[in-house]
Amino acid sequence: MAQSAVAATTSAARGTPIPRSSRDRSERVVKSVLLSFSLLSIVTTFSIVAVLGIEAWGFFTGFPDKPGIGLVPFLTGTEWSPLLGGEQKFGVLPLVCGTLLVTVIAGAFALPIGLVTAIFLSEYAPSRLRVVLKSALEVLAGVPTVVYGFFALAVITPALQRFSDAFGTYNALSAGLAVGIMILPIVCSLSEDALRAVPQSLRDGSSALGGTKFDTSVKVVLPAALSGIMASFLLALTRAIGETMIVALAAGGLAQMTMNPSSQVQTMTGFIVAIFTGDAQANSVEYASSYAVAATLFLMTLALTLAGTAILKRFREEYE
Amino acid sequence: MTMMSPMQTNPTTAAATVPGTAEPISIRAAGFDGFYGSFQALKGISLDIPRNQVTAFIGPSGCGKSTFLRWMNRMNDTIAGARASGTLTLDGEDILARSVDVVDLRRRVGMVFQRPNPFPKSIFDNVAFGPRLHWRHSRADLEDLVEQSLRSAALWNEVKDRLHASALGLSGGQQQRLCIARAIAGGPEVLLMDEPCSALDPKSTASVEELIRELRTAYTIVIVTHNMQQASRVSDRTAFFFEGSLIESGQTETLFTNPKSKQTEDYVTGRFG
Repeated sequence: MAQSAVAATTSAARGTPIPRSSRDRSERVVKSVLLSFSLLSIVTTFSIVAVLGIEAWGFFTGFPDKPGIGLVPFLTGTEWSPLLGGEQKFGVLPLVCGTLLVTVIAGAFALPIGLVTAIFLSEYAPSRLRVVLKSALEVLAGVPTVVYGFFALAVITPALQRFSDAFGTYNALSAGLAVGIMILPIVCSLSEDALRAVPQSLRDGSSALGGTKFDTSVKVVLPAALSGIMASFLLALTRAIGETMIVALAAGGLAQMTMNPSSQVQTMTGFIVAIFTGDAQANSVEYASSYAVAATLFLMTLALTLAGTAILKRFREEYE
Repeated sequence: MTMMSPMQTNPTTAAATVPGTAEPISIRAAGFDGFYGSFQALKGISLDIPRNQVTAFIGPSGCGKSTFLRWMNRMNDTIAGARASGTLTLDGEDILARSVDVVDLRRRVGMVFQRPNPFPKSIFDNVAFGPRLHWRHSRADLEDLVEQSLRSAALWNEVKDRLHASALGLSGGQQQRLCIARAIAGGPEVLLMDEPCSALDPKSTASVEELIRELRTAYTIVIVTHNMQQASRVSDRTAFFFEGSLIESGQTETLFTNPKSKQTEDYVTGRFG
């Protein structure tokens, strides 16, 4: 220790001292660069929200000559037929219904399977198998969603059609299952993180009381990780609600109020894609309506994200 | 329940007493070796632990005292490469046998850990955890059992008004006494304590030590401790471990005031460790 202190003194004495003013200047530059980059992302976010809000307002107020357009008919109407030249109807509920149907199917598929897989990975799997399974899940997470859409059309739908004639080329179940496969890695990976965050001392406590591995997993680890698991569910469902490519390819293009999984449905995202890839004119009412739909979608996912964040926050305080 | 079957009980060992005394033996080790992989952590341990007394294990870090403790309820089963040979019995029944029902063994041999580890559940659910695993109780019986266990752990008066509040809201010392209540609620014969006060402040330590002295009338207690004053305060008998071997064991007072071995003397007088 004494030697190195001596060496440090001698080498420092050889250089020229850096003046304090120069240190302070570089600190200021670094600080302002960091600040401007963080402001950039905040400004972008707020701009998007502002554009959505302004354009949606434009849809509600900009077409006084057309009957049945407004916030209340939009939020309560059960018919959505924006493209039929004769009588256009702008009630968003069929699109919400389609979105919810696909999300419910995806959730019913992915949440239980994802959770059971997470429990297996965290509590039961030998470490080598865990590594293999985790990397398989990471591959699954990296697959572009258009591939899932293609998979739904080329594999899931024909398989469903073998069981029942009720399934058409486009149906909610096929799209929902593909979305479920897409969100599976999210559920699994985040739930596993939550389970593994439970301290080993709790597992020891349970087995020292005579708990079997199953007792420990289900009665101690799972309840302790519950809020993290709920957060993973909410984040996965948020992704399912916002998923676009799969439903645009596989769910169909007909907005209807139905909970029948074999029928085709249009989701909010599916409609927005149809508008922007179709031949709707800018400034037309159907074009403007897509902003109102997008704003609705944004509010729905925002609510879920906030709920997920709130739950995660509680989760962090869990073991103190 | 397999290990309690009378077929396996050897009456001669079950009625055995600590040599030179009339004290019945609860746990007996004879020529006990413990390994982690190829590393031998315990070498030929022979020790009798008398019933309804407090036996303290002392020795420097890494001497094998905690490892030995964790064999008594087979907590080492989960550690890859851990194995043991020789004799280790509870009331004359083999603890190490493959056929032993580990769940039942752990019901009979409770354990309290170094750091309090209450489950993130209510105080009531923590204490009721063991009983719920092993028996079906009526709600009234369960409430009664929880109260008794908390009373035995000298915690009842402090928590009786908030049984359904989270156990994590308790102080460290209260949490450790809750863990003791949780361990005795399942009705064990033996309580293993692995440095139960090392994470506690002096006041909480005093309350847990007092509890240990009270509990020995009902339970056989084995306590691992780094603290020699603690061993002399709470224990009836003390065993000194060094580098995986049992150097000396006997009445606590004798071991501290008149040790037979030079190593023991050096350790208890603070010359190393």
